[in-house]
Amino acid sequence: MTWIAKPRLHHPSLSRNAVGYTRRDYEGKVSTLCAGCGHDSISAAIIQACWELDIEPHRVAKLSGIGCSSKTPDYFLGNSHGFNTVHGRMPSVLTGANLANRGLTYLGVSGDGDSASIGMGQFVHAIRRGVDMAYIVENNGVYGLTKGQFSATADQGSVSKRGVANSDAPIDLVGLALQLGATYVARGFSGDKTQLVPLIKGALGHRGVAILDVISPCVAFNNHAGSTKSYDYVREHNDAVNRLDVIEGRAAIAVDYAPGEAIDVVQHDGTVLRLRKLDPDYDPTDRLAAMAYVNLHQARGEVVTGLLHVDPAAADLHGHLGTVATPLNQLGVAELCPGAAALEKINAGLR
Amino acid sequence: MHPTDIRDPDYFHKVVDCQWACPAHTPVPEYIRLIAAGRHADAYMVNWRSNVFPGILGRTCDRPCEPACRRGRVEEGNGEKPEPVAICRLKRVAADLKGDVRARMPKKAARGNGRRIACIGAGPASLTVARDLAPLGYQVTVYDAEAKAGGFMRTQVPRFRLPESVIDEEVGYVLDLGVEFVGGRRIESMKALLAEGHDAVFVGCGAPRGRDLDIPGRQEAAAHIHIGIDWLASVYFGHVERVGRRVLVLGGGNTAMDCCRSARRLGGEAVTVVVRSGFDEMKASPWEKEDAMHEGIPILDYRVPLAFEHEDGRLTGMRFQRVRAEYGADGRRSLVPTGEPDELIPCDEVLVAVGQENAFPWIERDAGIEFDRWGLPVLDKDTLQSSLPHVLFGGDAAFGPKNIIWAVAHGHEAAVSIDRLLSGEDPRERPAPAVTLVSQKMGIHEWSYDNDISPEERHKVPWAPTELALRRIDLEVELGFDDATAWREAQRCLNCDVQTVFEDGKCIECDACVDICPMDCISFTANGPEDELRTRLTAPALNPTQDLYVSGPLKTARVMVKDEDVCLHCGLCAERCPTGAWDMRKFLLHTTQAGPSCRDARPEAA
Repeated sequence: MTWIAKPRLHHPSLSRNAVGYTRRDYEGKVSTLCAGCGHDSISAAIIQACWELDIEPHRVAKLSGIGCSSKTPDYFLGNSHGFNTVHGRMPSVLTGANLANRGLTYLGVSGDGDSASIGMGQFVHAIRRGVDMAYIVENNGVYGLTKGQFSATADQGSVSKRGVANSDAPIDLVGLALQLGATYVARGFSGDKTQLVPLIKGALGHRGVAILDVISPCVAFNNHAGSTKSYDYVREHNDAVNRLDVIEGRAAIAVDYAPGEAIDVVQHDGTVLRLRKLDPDYDPTDRLAAMAYVNLHQARGEVVTGLLHVDPAAADLHGHLGTVATPLNQLGVAELCPGAAALEKINAGLR
Repeated sequence: MHPTDIRDPDYFHKVVDCQWACPAHTPVPEYIRLIAAGRHADAYMVNWRSNVFPGILGRTCDRPCEPACRRGRVEEGNGEKPEPVAICRLKRVAADLKGDVRARMPKKAARGNGRRIACIGAGPASLTVARDLAPLGYQVTVYDAEAKAGGFMRTQVPRFRLPESVIDEEVGYVLDLGVEFVGGRRIESMKALLAEGHDAVFVGCGAPRGRDLDIPGRQEAAAHIHIGIDWLASVYFGHVERVGRRVLVLGGGNTAMDCCRSARRLGGEAVTVVVRSGFDEMKASPWEKEDAMHEGIPILDYRVPLAFEHEDGRLTGMRFQRVRAEYGADGRRSLVPTGEPDELIPCDEVLVAVGQENAFPWIERDAGIEFDRWGLPVLDKDTLQSSLPHVLFGGDAAFGPKNIIWAVAHGHEAAVSIDRLLSGEDPRERPAPAVTLVSQKMGIHEWSYDNDISPEERHKVPWAPTELALRRIDLEVELGFDDATAWREAQRCLNCDVQTVFEDGKCIECDACVDICPMDCISFTANGPEDELRTRLTAPALNPTQDLYVSGPLKTARVMVKDEDVCLHCGLCAERCPTGAWDMRKFLLHTTQAGPSCRDARPEAA
């Protein structure tokens, strides 16, 4: 935890993005998490991603539940909309907000405690419905806020700081997301921003539910030998299937790869996800194959990272429900309450 | 790149830009912190050890530290224009508010060591030699043609910039160390002096001759044309009390600025400065130019003097050719006529301040001291020894006109040379400075220095009202900061001497330092050649005068690279580091001064 405020002085060459903001304009308050917390790195990656995507800060709604991870939205995007919900209830509140105003970019921030335990039901239903959001799980495998008990994502057999081995089987949020049909599923590592920032950019740009599981070592309680969520373990067992570049809807800066080494995935909004394949056999558009791959490597103790699955033609909740394109807060009384005559007409149609 | 060797004292010294730029290597951040703590006497003594004349320099220093100050780089885009910390003004605050420090000065040597040193000229260079050597038991005699010691600090710097009481006090501290001052005696012969059997002779007699301007009319109108530095001395001694109504000052250096501002105070109503080249190229310090213009003195540039116009022995004006600067293919500048008609500027009196040169008519050419073709002594640049090893030169007498702080730096070096020479050691071997590097960590979130960066812009120093200032030649114009403003200005200092020290063995590469750094100074990346590495850091390192701090290889085979250029020394990297791989350590460098610490063999204390 840091006591002094980050000085306002900045590098003289700090540049502005297309909407006129510097990266520093996307920062929030000074973090009160432990020094070295992986979550702070994820916050930094979110700041970088939003700046690079030229998203105006006030066009973002960030929602979270309870826990270390759910505190983090206070530490980035200080000029955006925010809502700290009840423990594990972030997805429902976000769903409501999204239905009311589809004009914002929705960022759900949660942790392994918030999503895989108390919020498990919320997690799966948000995916099942296809809520248009980037759902980031800051996954450290422990309850850091209550001094380091195993969380539901802790691997069986991994050892706590006190030396106790975990006897329960873990919940794999990526496996669940794939099974439930999430249309953008990725896993990153807070210690590798080169990989993480594009994954966040891709998730924010994806229309539909984008699940991003980020391994984020807890330096206070889960960064020791015997932990499977430590910096050392993840670095040693990382199996990155691809590297992602997100190219926005303007002329791409040409980076040539030999054919077969890169595939481009064009999304709804014209964004191009350019995947540089690290594993030649991995096809992220094939959901069933992805599930098999992830499960196989998980069984070997490897941490599969990268963009694991993407469906560029995804539909979202608004599409399923056929809602009006205009955010509700921009509709007038006449549209929202068309009157008795309109009701009469609807009723007549049902007779 | 190879990992940075932080044991090399120069590495961290260079990070303290102000101290590195100061010829005397005054530990600037150290004394600024002491001022902020209200410890003015301590701040004064830190200064006194390095630059000997804190009160004088706090008013007159050429301030090489300020253009170097890191604050002037990092404020870009934050203030109206980036401004360094007002280092010189803070130095003056310590001198003004210190109280009585006599008890803290070194004592006279209890007994002499039998060695006799002669110093020629009682200016800053000689006085520094005397200050360093006298407490060691050397019998130092300082000779000067004037009755009072101080040299050109006393006779040439106008009183409205430097009150005489300040000179008396600080020169007094040196003479009180048991230094013999022989005033009113001009040394006329080096040979005769050498025959007196001194163990060493230090020549610190300055560059006492002002350059003249030999153009038509010079002889005829001589009564109304004066050499600037001589005229300033005449003003000091009271020989000159008035000046003509219309005065032209020729030249663009600080002497010209002193001349025009003095003339303004002695009755000059229309005082004008005329320089050959452009305003921006003038040698005068920017603040001196500003002060002159503030007092209503126009500065006309690109005018080459052609002739003094006169009538019956009376000066009527000066004729100038209008020129402009042109740059040849080799980048060299030449002044070419613009073709406009010559300009006649009417005037009653002219002060010529177009430069100074050295003159050593009193050193016989067969005395064994070699001179180069510009008439300057041939010296060993490090030891300041001439071709006669026990005759040394320093200050303006050594390499031509510089400034007070250079003279002081030369004095310290010459004293080390003399001390080593007379101890039978080789003066060419220069002893390393004393360096300490100490962690500033006090507790989990406590640092022993104030790292909360002040966003304030540079504070202006208050001035005496212009109408009042222009009425009296001896009224000090700058009033100096009061204690409260000094504290706020001191808070702008970035504590560059509190260094970021990185231990690669402790790093877990969590990125916390990279994320929190407000200046994007820190990167973890693959190693490479410096030029290439500079381009792919978090923020490109475009200032090649500032070093990259490179660690050894980390677990991921990457290295930590820190660009020292715009680091605020806020310590957030160390604050955020979970393993203590980063630490904030205070670097204190004291240059070696004469005495036991500068010698190889350390004899028992006398």
